[in-house]
Amino acid sequence: MAGTQYRGSELKNVDQFLDDADGLDSEREKEIGQHIGYRYDVNLVPDYKRLTPFLKKYMEIMGWDDLNWLEDIHMGYEEAKPAVFDRNINGWVRVPDSIDLPDNQQDRDMIARELLLKFQMSDRHPLVALRKAYMKF
Amino acid sequence: MASVTENELKSMTQEERVKALGMTSEQLTGRSMFMEFDPGETERFEYPWAPKVDFNKRTELDSENMTSTEVNNEIRKLMNEGYGTIVLKNPRGKHSLAVGILSKLNLIIEGSTGYFGVGLIDGPNVRINGRVGWSCGENMMSGTVLIEKNAGSTFGAAIRGGDLVCKGSVGSRTGIDMKGGTIIVGGDTGALSGFMMQRGRMIVCGNAGKNLGDSMYDGTIYVGGSIKSCGVDAVEAELTQVDKDWLKRKLNLYGLLPTKGVDHFTKVVAGKMLWNYDNLEPTEKKLIL
Repeated sequence: MAGTQYRGSELKNVDQFLDDADGLDSEREKEIGQHIGYRYDVNLVPDYKRLTPFLKKYMEIMGWDDLNWLEDIHMGYEEAKPAVFDRNINGWVRVPDSIDLPDNQQDRDMIARELLLKFQMSDRHPLVALRKAYMKF
Repeated sequence: MASVTENELKSMTQEERVKALGMTSEQLTGRSMFMEFDPGETERFEYPWAPKVDFNKRTELDSENMTSTEVNNEIRKLMNEGYGTIVLKNPRGKHSLAVGILSKLNLIIEGSTGYFGVGLIDGPNVRINGRVGWSCGENMMSGTVLIEKNAGSTFGAAIRGGDLVCKGSVGSRTGIDMKGGTIIVGGDTGALSGFMMQRGRMIVCGNAGKNLGDSMYDGTIYVGGSIKSCGVDAVEAELTQVDKDWLKRKLNLYGLLPTKGVDHFTKVVAGKMLWNYDNLEPTEKKLIL
């Protein structure tokens, strides 16, 4: 079932990597002594029945029939904290504690997409400052 | 560091040498940026610098006597004037057309483009009625690109997101180093397609040349026809119902769903024998996410 498969291991529960910060689950992780945060199934297929109104509006505005690049966005976990990888800054951005996490990965992924999108489009995104400093065209 | 002589370097320890050369010996940790999302962030759907364009505002641009740079500058100028649909006429195989478009736009190119067309784009929907040269959609971040005829080699090189679709056949090394997104080929693809693929999905409705998915780290390749040979560490995997549903939905979007369905597709994934980094492995992988 989508949302439960992990690279090299099966997800025991949706909070597995929140409860277990070390997350040394697979053989490879035990060998290197580090949790591999990207290991969630990156090929998960989004459940379009769980789209948030914000994401629906985004698709409409962009003229897309599906989530397009956001299909590759998922909620990951970094040091027992939920986080989303932002490719524009090449780093993880954490989800604040004030946001309640749903009980399944699909809904968490939708929240991750929405948070990332709002962050990337905001004036406080590091790309805004970088653009001012280095913009060529 | 011109002030350090070769003899001085030789006499130094590794750590001293690293510092003298202006490098750092600090180990990359791969930790987060220590940034948090703001739950009260203003709802905005485009980058702050994106021009406000309207899909219903349409114009034509004849590039017959223009250079590629002039065409690209003119496209930006039209977008700043609010045009959301631009029809580019007479591209005449020019190279590097419509590159670096970082906002929404409907771009229709009536003709064929040369090398590196529509590269580095982040958002637009592009339709090309002709053929495209090498490296079309290279480093594409998001959006859709639909090519009606054939494409050259390194189609979708290093693509990170979006849908890149060629209704015809493509050359070799399709999706080389791809890090996300979806590449769809209606016809055949050449040798070494999916070479060093790290993430994303590739669908080939026709046949695939030799060494498909060579040295791939991750990602998925679906092939509807025959595969001449799989490359190093590329292995066949079971086509699940989730795969089939996804294939049908995606191919339907572009009118490429075969009449016989998708049950005959072969799924190719990484055998993961190349997953043999040192203890920086998590950091290394994060760099390509």
